Amino acid sequence: MFSHLDTKSLIFGRLDLGAFPIHEPILVATFIAVALGGIAVVGALTYFRLWGYLWKEWFTSVDHKKIGIMYIVLAIIMLLRGFADALMMRTQQAIAFNGNEGIFPPHHYDQIFTAHGVIMIFFMAMPFVTGLMNFVVPLQIGARDVSFPFLNNFSFWMTAAGAALIMISLFVGEFARTGWLAYPPLSGADYSPGVGVDYYIWGLQVAGVGTTLSGINLIATIVKMRAPGMTMMKMPIFTWTSFCTNILIVASFPILTATLALLSLDRYVGTHFFTNDLGGNPMMYVNLIWIWGHPEVYILILPAFGIFSEIVATFCGKRLFGYASMVYATCVIMILSYLVWLHHFFTMGSGASVNAFFGITTMIISIPTGAKIFNWLFTMYRGRIRFEVPMLWTIGFMVTFVIGGMTGVMLAVPPADFVLHNSLFLIAHFHNVIIGGVVFGVLAGFNYWFPKAFGFRLDAFWGKMSFWFWLVGFYFAFMPLYVLGLMGVTRRVSQFEDPSLQIWFIIAAFGAFLIALGIASFIIQLIVSFMKREELRDLTGDPWNGRTLEWSTSSPPPDYNFAFTPVIHDHDSWYDMKRRGYTRPLEGFRPIHMPKNTGTGVILAGLSVALGFGLIWYMWWLAALSLVAIIVVSIVHTFNYKRDFYIPADEVVATEAERTQLLTRKA
Amino acid sequence: MMKPVKFPRSLLLLPLLGMLAGCNMVVMSPFGDIAAQQRDLIVISTLLMLLIIIPVICLTLFFAWRYRAANTAATYDPEWHHSTRLEVVIWAAPLAIIIALGAITWISTHKLDPYRPLDRIDAQRPLPADVKPLTVQVVALDWKWLFIYPEQGLATVNELYAPVDVPINFEITASSVMNSFYIPALAGQVYAMPGMRTKLHAVINQAGAYNGFSANYSGAGFSHMTFTFNGTSQADFDAWVAKTKAGNTTFDRAAYLEFEKPSEREPKRQFANVEDNLFDAIVNLCVKPGQMCAKDMMHIDMMGGAGKESHENREKLRYDTRHADEGAGTNAATFPAHGNDARSPESPNQEQPHAAPAENGMQGHDMGNMGGQDTHGNPAPEGEGGIAPKQLNQAN
Amino acid sequence: MSSTPLDTKGEPVFYLQEDHHPENSTLLGFWIYLMSDCLIFAMLFATYAVLGRSYAAGPAPADLFDLTLVAINTAMLLFSSITYGFAMLAMEKNNKKATLGWLAITGIFGLAFLFLELYEFHHLILEGAGPDRSAFLSSFFTLVGTHGLHVTFGCIWLVTLMVQVSLHGLIPENRRRLMCLSMFWHFLDVVWIGVFSLVYLIGVVG
Repeated sequence: MFSHLDTKSLIFGRLDLGAFPIHEPILVATFIAVALGGIAVVGALTYFRLWGYLWKEWFTSVDHKKIGIMYIVLAIIMLLRGFADALMMRTQQAIAFNGNEGIFPPHHYDQIFTAHGVIMIFFMAMPFVTGLMNFVVPLQIGARDVSFPFLNNFSFWMTAAGAALIMISLFVGEFARTGWLAYPPLSGADYSPGVGVDYYIWGLQVAGVGTTLSGINLIATIVKMRAPGMTMMKMPIFTWTSFCTNILIVASFPILTATLALLSLDRYVGTHFFTNDLGGNPMMYVNLIWIWGHPEVYILILPAFGIFSEIVATFCGKRLFGYASMVYATCVIMILSYLVWLHHFFTMGSGASVNAFFGITTMIISIPTGAKIFNWLFTMYRGRIRFEVPMLWTIGFMVTFVIGGMTGVMLAVPPADFVLHNSLFLIAHFHNVIIGGVVFGVLAGFNYWFPKAFGFRLDAFWGKMSFWFWLVGFYFAFMPLYVLGLMGVTRRVSQFEDPSLQIWFIIAAFGAFLIALGIASFIIQLIVSFMKREELRDLTGDPWNGRTLEWSTSSPPPDYNFAFTPVIHDHDSWYDMKRRGYTRPLEGFRPIHMPKNTGTGVILAGLSVALGFGLIWYMWWLAALSLVAIIVVSIVHTFNYKRDFYIPADEVVATEAERTQLLTRKA
Repeated sequence: MMKPVKFPRSLLLLPLLGMLAGCNMVVMSPFGDIAAQQRDLIVISTLLMLLIIIPVICLTLFFAWRYRAANTAATYDPEWHHSTRLEVVIWAAPLAIIIALGAITWISTHKLDPYRPLDRIDAQRPLPADVKPLTVQVVALDWKWLFIYPEQGLATVNELYAPVDVPINFEITASSVMNSFYIPALAGQVYAMPGMRTKLHAVINQAGAYNGFSANYSGAGFSHMTFTFNGTSQADFDAWVAKTKAGNTTFDRAAYLEFEKPSEREPKRQFANVEDNLFDAIVNLCVKPGQMCAKDMMHIDMMGGAGKESHENREKLRYDTRHADEGAGTNAATFPAHGNDARSPESPNQEQPHAAPAENGMQGHDMGNMGGQDTHGNPAPEGEGGIAPKQLNQAN
Repeated sequence: MSSTPLDTKGEPVFYLQEDHHPENSTLLGFWIYLMSDCLIFAMLFATYAVLGRSYAAGPAPADLFDLTLVAINTAMLLFSSITYGFAMLAMEKNNKKATLGWLAITGIFGLAFLFLELYEFHHLILEGAGPDRSAFLSSFFTLVGTHGLHVTFGCIWLVTLMVQVSLHGLIPENRRRLMCLSMFWHFLDVVWIGVFSLVYLIGVVG
């Protein structure tokens, strides 16, 4: 009985050579590619002596702009991983017919769809919107940084640590084979005894700490750090949506944390929260996870709504139509998002009145959402629309998103949901809103704010290529899934018997291929823009004739964002300033109080990875050691009282003089 | 597997889905009255929403074209940002549609509640007063379906027979993890959950063989967790019952305990006899002799528990660890997640050893036919049919 | 736009010449954190409400809980809240020694609470009523244990702060930290009152 307690398992827990997928050619090839790429990157960084620069200027930076950029870099890397999973799924489903088992056996395919969902939601979409919020919000409210700069750095690294755990699962052990929400009893110890679900749990728990703290940070920032004069109803819409998003984060991620903690107790301690026996109740998990899960959807889409609002106003050269109703709509959506969770499982057998209640609350959300669409529409009315890349994404969004909204309301009718639930129709629906809404949104935002972050615009040709490939690819990839859903095809199936389905899967695979071209164009766009950066240089800091405060400072903004704190009189404050003859101050600069960089965030996150790894593999010594280390490092960190410094006045003078020069060069 | 033939009612949808009329959209052209009403709801809600979606899409494209920067002829009004009249329309138009849709939702959700007994055979025919519904008990297992006909006293695996135009009352449960019982041609799905009894009332209006499957992912063998639903005339159904009853196979508790172990692609088969109250025992997680039933546990709990000296109850109630317990003694309790080889190609359960060679008399298992430790997870080769059939044949 | 600040020449002012000092956000931020923590407890209470009567044909609260012990335990925590209050009063009077003294007493009460709780857990597990016995006990151990874990971290934090106060005195940073810990400590007290009444009292009496 104690045979497990030998020296080997004391040291390595349940990790042994079998955990390394040396018999899986696809994984071995991936590993070799990743290893070679990694060695190349590490080599290049060493050769060009960039480690010190990266550590000092980026990894330990508490500058919200740099942290925002690092979030987005993480999101783009994870997008590539998640999209590779998507391509594998589309390939498998396109060929696994007539007894052909395709390229993946179920145990592998099941990991792929789980990883795809987890990565795309938690490690692509979330970091992307968090990154944009981090970068933009302090600039939009005229602040020099967020409320808790160190916490911001720590939050980022915790998110990255969660992503790292998920990536490790690719080569050491396995990932969960449960679907992205890991419903028990399937995800319980008895039906998923391996390490996959543990990777899932600890990856999300570690990243969840970062997300919650970043939510707290941004709420405090928006409440406390706004420039004088900026009342709540003069905040830019993106700041408003960020505000609501972060409230949603703080009020929903603890639920996820608690739910996953209960699941991990079931798995580690043998409790009976979600087991079939001894009084456990798996249906409770389904309820709890969706009480988090539905607000999560709005956590992703609200910032995208904010991005589109900014872009529409800017590129139509016009004030946003119905600012107030936009704000109210956002708040209503925020509140209603807590009242709809049961629509994810109408089929569980709740009574008709319960189902009808949740169905109708779900439909009610479409009212404020509809109002938002109309507001964008009427912002375009009597505008002067410039079809720059961000605006193209916005129009693509408006057309695509309403289709997804429509199918969403269909799914909210409980009896209709009984036939569409868990089908590919559902898959098509949520990709329709998540790609058509969130992905289009963050890519629009990326194109829109890129010049602010780096001082040069992105190449428009490749941006347009990327847009059209994405847009057309989306329709090719997901319209067939609607059809397949109506043909009664359910999700997460890896092999099919009915040959008449195949043609639709082939069309969908072609769509995925087009999206791949869209992503390739996006990367080419980055490279081409970097090569042509002199040509694309933004000297003014205001490349799009913008309307909000972030465009009033230089591109990229100085460390301190604003040499003088702006005073706000109206919304669209930069537009207001330009209109009323604002002149840039050239003298009177003073030293600026700024937070100091710190490496504690990186260290704590690294220790969290070790803690997670120890827990996943039952290496109890590693887990205990890292936990103690985390506590000690945190305590030591609090003994450092010198966390800030002053940028001397002459440095500010020099920076501002440089900008003056740029502006005259432009003129 | 026979495909349902195209149903002319799909012509209704031609204006919407013209190009798709050629493909077999069973959700849009079902053969059961419940599914047909659910289809109608999809159509109605789509049409209602198109009232607003189409103008929005058209206006978006029109405004984008009309107010393009190059068109200097168009009015440009950079300060125009508010219009109370427009705002009212913006909020009222979706509201009106949602009120309509909400009313439809409330009514239809109650009318089509899967727990509600039917009151009609189809749109034209009300339920005859003397009709006797057919009861079918459904068990979702890893990874196959068991159907018990309590009134006929027979059971089937991966196939289901029902007479046309007779209401069917399904009682649904599962053995280990969550599944969803779904026959698109017949009616919407309902979850199948271990320890729970869910219900579905439906009727099939046209004879034919239709696809049924689990619509909720349940692990490695999920893709092949399909069954056939055969709608037949009453006469054919009676003949089928008589023919099945003529056999001498029995599905009892021992057979169930062997059958519930994970396996894939189980062949369709019938059993002439089924042990009484088997479904009840499955729902209450107490098929195994000596196991305490969940309803008894709940009764004790309602009376305020069994006090401190009730340790034996814990063993009698343990259920999820049953496969592990059978194999290698008590390890499961000590090491909840057993096995070192995390990335093995088999099912989640294969790591739990099944090696105990001795007969376990109490459970009536004959494990002699289990060649290796990991028989359960492997997709059984076509024709061989996995463990259970052999076992069951021996049981007879 | 009515309140547009104007400069001496009647032109609108678009930036501040002097330094801008936004209000410190720490207390707000910490308060938001406490609310998120509160949500975790709300979840655990909800879980207990759902599973609290699933004894799995095993022991029920009336069989297990010793109200005297729990009452003493509750007293420990309530006293610790009071003494923390005294520590804050001493801090207001800028009395470093008294602050440290009251903090030490608070810490002792906290440790006593933890000791009694561990004793209770130990006792229950020995009786065969561990967290794996039934869903009721799973949710009981998790709810009470999570609270205990918070108190543990509170104690570690308390000791850390005592060291920092004795090193640097009652400087603004330390005052702010003492304030945060104060909110944390009282928050745990409030949660415990919920645990005491909903789990122990209703469990044994109701």
